[in-house]
Amino acid sequence: MMTQNGFPVVTALIVVPLVAAVALLFMRRDWTVRMTTLAVGILECLLSLPLLGYVPDGPAFQFVEKADWLPALGMTYHLGVDGLSLYMILLTALMLPLCVLGSWTYIAKRVTEFHVCLLLMTASCIGVFAALDFVLFYVFWEAMLVPMYLLIAVWGGPRRRYASIKFFLYTLAGSTLLLAAIVAFRQVGGTFSIPELMEKSYAFKFQFWAFLAMALAFAIKVPMFPFHTWLPAAHVEAPAAGSVLLAAILLKMGTYGFLRFCLPLTPAAAETFAPLLIAVSIAGIIYGGCIALGQTDIKKLIAYSSVGHMGFVTLGIFLFSVKGVSGAILQMLNHGITTGGLFMMIGLLYERSHSREIADNQGLGKFMPAFMFLFGVFSLSSLAFPGTNSFIGEVLVLIGAFQGNPWVGFAAVPGAMLAAAYMLRLLQRVTWGEPAAYKPSWGDLGLREWVTLAPLGILVFYIGLAPALCIKTIEPSITRVLSAMEAKNTAMGLHKDMSMAERFNLAAPLAVAEAVDAVSKEHP
Amino acid sequence: MSIFSLLPELWLLGLVCALFVASISDKKQSVASWLPMAAGLGVLAALFALGERGEFLYAAYKLDGLSQFFKLLIAFGFAVVTGIAAGNKEGKDLTPDYFMLLALSAWGLMLLASCVELITLYLALELSSYSLYALIPLRGQDRRAAEAGIKYILFGAAVTALALFGLSYIIAAKHTTYLSGLAATSWSFADAPMAVIGLTLFLAGFFYKLALFPFHFWCPDVYQGAKNETAAYVATIPKLGAVVVLVRLAAFVAPHLEVTTILAILGAVSMTAGNLAALVQRDLKRLLGFSSVAHAGYVMLGLAAGSAAGMSAAAFYSLAYILMNLAAFYVVCAIAKNDENPSLDDLDGLYKRAPALAMILAVAAFSLVGLPPTAGFAGKLFLLSAAWDQGYHWLVIVAVLNTAISIYYYLSMVRHAYTGESDAPAIVWPRGYLIFGGALAVLVLLLGILPAPLYDLAAQAAGQLHP
Repeated sequence: MMTQNGFPVVTALIVVPLVAAVALLFMRRDWTVRMTTLAVGILECLLSLPLLGYVPDGPAFQFVEKADWLPALGMTYHLGVDGLSLYMILLTALMLPLCVLGSWTYIAKRVTEFHVCLLLMTASCIGVFAALDFVLFYVFWEAMLVPMYLLIAVWGGPRRRYASIKFFLYTLAGSTLLLAAIVAFRQVGGTFSIPELMEKSYAFKFQFWAFLAMALAFAIKVPMFPFHTWLPAAHVEAPAAGSVLLAAILLKMGTYGFLRFCLPLTPAAAETFAPLLIAVSIAGIIYGGCIALGQTDIKKLIAYSSVGHMGFVTLGIFLFSVKGVSGAILQMLNHGITTGGLFMMIGLLYERSHSREIADNQGLGKFMPAFMFLFGVFSLSSLAFPGTNSFIGEVLVLIGAFQGNPWVGFAAVPGAMLAAAYMLRLLQRVTWGEPAAYKPSWGDLGLREWVTLAPLGILVFYIGLAPALCIKTIEPSITRVLSAMEAKNTAMGLHKDMSMAERFNLAAPLAVAEAVDAVSKEHP
Repeated sequence: MSIFSLLPELWLLGLVCALFVASISDKKQSVASWLPMAAGLGVLAALFALGERGEFLYAAYKLDGLSQFFKLLIAFGFAVVTGIAAGNKEGKDLTPDYFMLLALSAWGLMLLASCVELITLYLALELSSYSLYALIPLRGQDRRAAEAGIKYILFGAAVTALALFGLSYIIAAKHTTYLSGLAATSWSFADAPMAVIGLTLFLAGFFYKLALFPFHFWCPDVYQGAKNETAAYVATIPKLGAVVVLVRLAAFVAPHLEVTTILAILGAVSMTAGNLAALVQRDLKRLLGFSSVAHAGYVMLGLAAGSAAGMSAAAFYSLAYILMNLAAFYVVCAIAKNDENPSLDDLDGLYKRAPALAMILAVAAFSLVGLPPTAGFAGKLFLLSAAWDQGYHWLVIVAVLNTAISIYYYLSMVRHAYTGESDAPAIVWPRGYLIFGGALAVLVLLLGILPAPLYDLAAQAAGQLHP
């Protein structure tokens, strides 16, 4: 295997949880299983530390590892990290130990299988963000469905069967067309290698269909309005760790897919569809906010708020400006931290009160001050309070929107206000509302719970107060993608005012160059 | 060229003879103790003969990459089926003559893999079919078994007659029955209308074996009526025989000829009809029956592509198919009470009653869906690539949409096993057989993660047909 840095960091990040998952099957005691998974989680975090050595101005893909997989069809085992994937991989590694700690007392049945699912999820999610071969990407993309399905179906709430099947059917049905797109790219581009495919240009007609096939898979995963209906069901029924993984990592795969594939591979189609996707994103922001406002179940409220937050991410991506896309990527990270933290806290609350209704969990500030402090931190971050991480991301997206088209900016602003309305209402009632009957189980945060939540709380302020560090790492990759996109579109002769028929007549620059060559040979 | 090049066929013939002796012997002893081992040695023999090449019987019988590859698969499949049957301690019908008929059918299929002349092909097909006609009604006093047997024989006889009729057309039009001779001529409808009609009719005989729409009507009823072990055999191994012949015949028609277009259309209809019908099934064997109709449709992607890549994809997919289907049938046989047909509800709570069986079922089901990293995914990817390369974009889209439809019923198997609750007692299944089933599941995963060695083997075999 060829590696750039000697030690195959990314492979280790994928293989360690896989090996641990198999090892868990042979362990008998629940305590051993939990401790082993926690140790693997900490090891994952340590193993991911070398990734912090990522050089923003260095090569596009770093920590590259490449080996033959199926030479006959040009499939390779090809992994690498760039600014788009770096923080997603770090976040995935961080979430594993936190999920184990967060579920320490929450999960009482079938403990081994639960932790096997967590480990499989981690391995396949890291694989998704690091894969540089289209088939390898698809393998990890789909492999992740099985453990997530089981997490919801086995350890979920009362309607877990319905929620898990809906989740599985929606996401798998969406991504079957992605497989057709992958096969089509191989035929047209001659390879499955993502960096090589990125260097090529494709005729508009091909881009149009390929974009649609890929965008459907990604839009369902994000989920974009109106493909979002699986999300609230899955979130509400999933166990705390499942919701955390869903919110923190799984939803990001959709937006990551847009950034990794739709923008670089189908730039002309992406530009054509951008107004539609921007409109849908804004609809999602407003819709998610309005529905969240009407919820009485805390988990459902956060789930619908996710639809709104992810709307900001897709909005940022399809603005095609460095600010917008930086904001989007930062928001991907922020949403993972904040909503992950919130879901973790709801899990802890449910363990204490056995209810997720706001009415049953009112006035907790009196009983659990430390809990409410952290809940307040994550809530303020969720509504993008200045000084917290989400503020930076949301502001960048809004600046990008106003720069692109003031109307788009104006349309997105109510989303931010709605977030403030539903989160403050929640915070007010849960902290200071008329106290529900005191329950002896309402003890404040224990050490384990502090350890689970503190890293996320620290990240909220770290990114909120010093965002430049993240943005500096992300920006060169974004600039690279956006400038390549613009160059390809310019070479194709794509103008904003073109009709669809004219767009369909656009040839790929490569084809144009070949045609010019042929003509010059005929008429020297 | 030595007699050793025919080792897989000879070994299996030896087994047939040994089983015959056992069946007429006065001592009624169980053959289940030694048969799986002997069948396993047959796999070694097939592995040993993998590189053998040559021609026999006036070039009507040919050992090439394709035949040796499929012989290995048939030997493997036969060994697995005997292994599954040996695990059934309650099966009173699993007598030596039962296994003898099974082995005879497998032997016929092995011959089929090497036949390169139409009449020999036809004879080998009949050899493999006749023992199945006898096998299917062998199920205690069950009335459904008799119905299944009659259906299989009647449909089989009608389709055989059709194939024979087609054969006569081909001979009349082309004046040869050797595939090499036929391959050298044109197969466009304009050039040889009679031959194309004849070929289509002849193919029907193999479509029947493959359970391709509209020759699939026997399939769910026969699976339902036959013994679980017989169903495991009928659902897998004869399909290999059909695929190998179809690969040989499809090799001499180019993409987008009339015959190939028929293959593509039948494939598309078969996938859709099979999947839609499977959606409403409750009986596991019927469900797997309709799913096999759909899978026959997927194989057509490779055959319609008509290229070396298509042929190797079809060969690889049939390998993946027998692995995942045998794993599924292994679970069906294991959970069946008193040899009854298990239904979806019988899977309830399987994770608690038999965690290993639940795991094997999940691997098999996800592979049948085509979810990575399983053999089913790798196979499907090869098929889609091959068909897309030849411009069958519509067929690829139909195939992926069908995959989306099929998720529901495969997933419901896993759902029942993992989320259903049941008070049924734990399933006691000997550890040795669990390891055997586990090995099947591991193979399904392994072939998905590292498909290269076997795909290259299939590609070499197909490369000889498409130099």
